[in-house]
Amino acid sequence: MSVITTISIWIIPVIVMVILLTATIQKLPAYELFVEGGKEGISIAVSLLPYLLGMMVSITIFRSSGALEAIIDHLHPFLQLVGIPGELVPLAFTRPISGTAALAITTDLISTYGPDSFIGRLASTMQGSTDTTFYILTVYFGSVGIKKMGDALKVGLLADLVGIITSIIIVSIVF
Amino acid sequence: MFNGTMADVNEALFASGQEAVTLVIGLVSVLVFWLGLMRIGEKAGILKKLASLFKPLIVKLFPEIPKDHPAMGYILSNFIANLFGLGNAATPMGIKAMEEMKKLSRSNEASRSMVTFLVINTSSLTLIPTTIIAIRMQYNSAAPTEIVGTTLIATLITTICAIIIDRLFYYRRERKHKK
Repeated sequence: MSVITTISIWIIPVIVMVILLTATIQKLPAYELFVEGGKEGISIAVSLLPYLLGMMVSITIFRSSGALEAIIDHLHPFLQLVGIPGELVPLAFTRPISGTAALAITTDLISTYGPDSFIGRLASTMQGSTDTTFYILTVYFGSVGIKKMGDALKVGLLADLVGIITSIIIVSIVF
Repeated sequence: MFNGTMADVNEALFASGQEAVTLVIGLVSVLVFWLGLMRIGEKAGILKKLASLFKPLIVKLFPEIPKDHPAMGYILSNFIANLFGLGNAATPMGIKAMEEMKKLSRSNEASRSMVTFLVINTSSLTLIPTTIIAIRMQYNSAAPTEIVGTTLIATLITTICAIIIDRLFYYRRERKHKK
């Protein structure tokens, strides 16, 4: 565990050093190249804004209007039949939509039920084993101006479902 | 609409717009730094070396991309950054990978490689969920890191399933195309 934490802290400075050293050895104009590549970053960020803003505004409306809650309320009885604890349903639905909101829900679950409870462990595992599908698709497709996502959203959401189910199974077996 | 949440919606509408702008401003610094650095790395041939190192695995995942194409190097850098939880380094590299893949497909629709790449990204590739561990420590967990194992297994299974689902959808698309 501590080995991996150490690697995580060291890796960025080491990468920066390796890149700059290799450039120096090959006598490349490192600073000019850096500026040239960096300029690209600004235009990417600016062109990303409309995609990100549209997606974030619609997601927030969906959540704050109570539509998300209404859906969760209706699904609750079915999910409980399959053995999914009701407390985790909001997290399962929020995880693909909003990273910050999901983290807030996880923190809330951990503080309410305790980090070492079944729900606390399950929330931790669920949070770590899936990612914010909508955000990732928006940023990556938006950055290259692709509006037709193909099957990406469907496959991404199916994978999230798999992630939630495996988390429940694994946490039940291990703890 | 009928729940009397209209005031909330109004507020959320503009608050989230602002949030998106803040997010993009935060992205600017990260994008400029990493894309600048990666340009040096690319010219120095580091990306190519990296790509050739993991070639066998990555070629199987992305059969549409030529073996020595720069896209491979960016895809690998993105995966590696993700594995170590370096989210802010992963995004710029992923964007470069997408650009290269777009050059290959020359179309405005998502290509097969793009879908595979993004599905692997959305299934999460974290080795150590640092944020969660920090939260668990904050709430006095007896063993804050005990979820590392379960998260790792869950991530592994999810990523494998994601790749399988991606393949199934690809073959289904192909069949539709032929008909």
